[in-house]
Amino acid sequence: MAGNPAEKWQGGLLGWIDARFPLSQMWNEHLAQYYTPKNFNFWYFFGSLALLVLVIQIVSGIFLTMFYKPDAELAFASVEYIMRDVEWGWLIRYMHSTGASMFFVVVYLHMFRALLYGSYKKPRELIWIFGVLIYLVLMAEAFAGYLLPWGQMSYWGAQVIVNLFQTIPYIGPDLVTWIRGDFLLSDATLTRFFALHVIALPLVLILLVAAHIIALHEVGSNNPDGVEIKKNKDENGIPKDGIPFHPYYTVKDIVGVGVFLMVFAVIMFFFPMGGGLFLKPDNMIPADPLVTPELIPPVWYFTSMYSVLRSVPDPFLGVVAMGAAVMMLFFIPWLDRNPVLSMRYRSFAAKFNLAAFVVAFVVLGWLGLQQATTMVSEMSFRWSIVYFAFFFLLWFLSKERSAVFSLVAFAVVVGIYTMYDISRFDPSDASMILWSWLIPTAHLFVCMVVPVFARGLGRDRAVPERVTS
Amino acid sequence: MKTFIATTFVALVALLATPAALAAGGSGDLQKANVDVSNQASLQRGARLYMNYCMACHSTEYMRYNRVGRDIGLTEEQVEQNFIFVTDEDGELVNPGSLMKNAMTKDYADEAFGVTPPDLTLTTRIHGEDWVYTFLKSFYIDEDRPLGANNTQFSNVGMPHVLWELQGWQELVEDDEGNERLELVRSGSMSQSEYDRAVRDLVTYLSYMGEPMQLDRQRIGLYVLIFLAVFTVLAYFLKKEYWKDVH
Repeated sequence: MAGNPAEKWQGGLLGWIDARFPLSQMWNEHLAQYYTPKNFNFWYFFGSLALLVLVIQIVSGIFLTMFYKPDAELAFASVEYIMRDVEWGWLIRYMHSTGASMFFVVVYLHMFRALLYGSYKKPRELIWIFGVLIYLVLMAEAFAGYLLPWGQMSYWGAQVIVNLFQTIPYIGPDLVTWIRGDFLLSDATLTRFFALHVIALPLVLILLVAAHIIALHEVGSNNPDGVEIKKNKDENGIPKDGIPFHPYYTVKDIVGVGVFLMVFAVIMFFFPMGGGLFLKPDNMIPADPLVTPELIPPVWYFTSMYSVLRSVPDPFLGVVAMGAAVMMLFFIPWLDRNPVLSMRYRSFAAKFNLAAFVVAFVVLGWLGLQQATTMVSEMSFRWSIVYFAFFFLLWFLSKERSAVFSLVAFAVVVGIYTMYDISRFDPSDASMILWSWLIPTAHLFVCMVVPVFARGLGRDRAVPERVTS
Repeated sequence: MKTFIATTFVALVALLATPAALAAGGSGDLQKANVDVSNQASLQRGARLYMNYCMACHSTEYMRYNRVGRDIGLTEEQVEQNFIFVTDEDGELVNPGSLMKNAMTKDYADEAFGVTPPDLTLTTRIHGEDWVYTFLKSFYIDEDRPLGANNTQFSNVGMPHVLWELQGWQELVEDDEGNERLELVRSGSMSQSEYDRAVRDLVTYLSYMGEPMQLDRQRIGLYVLIFLAVFTVLAYFLKKEYWKDVH
């Protein structure tokens, strides 16, 4: 009975729990004996940070819900009440508004990491699918939440987005009425968006995050070299390049948390408006259905998709294009069939393609904030082609292509939008159409034609057996 | 990775041409308000101007009388005597904890000005301090307007030049090169620099009104950042210690 105190403890409370709930087993499977590649770099902080922001949003959101009034007559004033009269209310509210934007910053960087190191490839396709679903739900969550302060931008931003559904043939108008719960955006809309924002969507979000992590821990993490660490195990069956997640990556992630929270605090305490990107000055005016603001740009995290929408002259086709811009993400694991995971060992053409995609995403994001002039529409159209060409090139660069195939495919793809340019050619816009034509064409040329003449630029490199450094 | 960064860099340089091609004209020139919300004397002068010239028409309905008093250093009596002129349904003066819903009724305002004077609680957050400062300095005589005044910052504004007895009257004149500018044609009780200071005080008060916790926010933010810096450094050394045996 005496024995070692540690053993006694093992048999004690923990033993009692373990006989009834797999606590030690879960701890080991997901933390202490979850073997993680030892070569994670900067890009691997964003997964744990996304989880942190989710917790921040849920906790600050709970406190906001205690004081916010989901009523068109009271909502705006209740937000100002939180800002002025509720003890530490301003802190909670700025935490939540900053958290919304930081959530997207972190998620975008996390998604970029997956593209950079091929983390969506076999056997991690489902992790990627769950991730894209999380991104979709997050967009819905942010959209619903943005209506709640009931300011001018809340109201008209929601108006613009809800009206997108109006463009759907036949069912559009009825569908929009059904979404709004009224013939115009009103109290009925506010209360249902509130329900979606505080319970329905967060619930789905948490379930998807759990699925995302369970799938990850089933197959194990990828790494910057794209090397499968489970292929090199020692005599105990432990990957030679693996280290237990806890304590190694828990202590490492805490450093990331510290740096991230500093960035978060600088925004929250010193620039809560984020220069008008995170909170818009026009949203300090209570919603007024009779006064349409001059410019209704969506919040920054939607502007890339919004530009894709605006780049197409036909409203319904624009909505389809915008939907496709998001939905294409689901197909990435099956478009990119190249066996090399990491960009480190991919060809110059593949690297260029990813870089072009990032630039297109940023430029489209910037364009989405601008007033729609002819030049803005033209640029949106050209960079949208670059955006979609990325997906095509993921497939094209899956293996080394023959010279003939490359040139023919290049001619066909460039031909498609050139035909459209010819059909819409207008001498007064000639120079603009001509020089902007070079943007997507240069992208396709570098990725498809250049490797024909400089074979080295299209060739992937050998992947090492073990992770480097 | 290096190639990737280089590629991104090249692409970003190519991209620089795009915004340059799109650069649009800026909004009108705004004068700098240079407000200092920590200056209590300025806040009190601004509050006095606000009470004398603005509050009869404009409410600040998200704010409470006693909160303003507390924050700018006035006693409860001073607040009651100088701020509170409106009564509740029973005809009693409202209590100092009430919201500052002191403006004229909507019907009266519509009749007098054709528009309802907006609530000013958040005006500096909507338009910016510089805009409000410039606006208050940009009234000029315009006989075509119902109330005899117009504004270069907000053309055909419904508001009369309420501060005329302080500033005097300006006229819109055109110089030889065709540029329009405002010129003082009748002086008021204040010199131009005194008027600038008065408007600055008023904007300081309105800036405080827009975000009464702004000084707290920055003060607390500094402590939070210091804490996080220390935390991050310690976390870094902890990580280094743990990772010593990873090769």
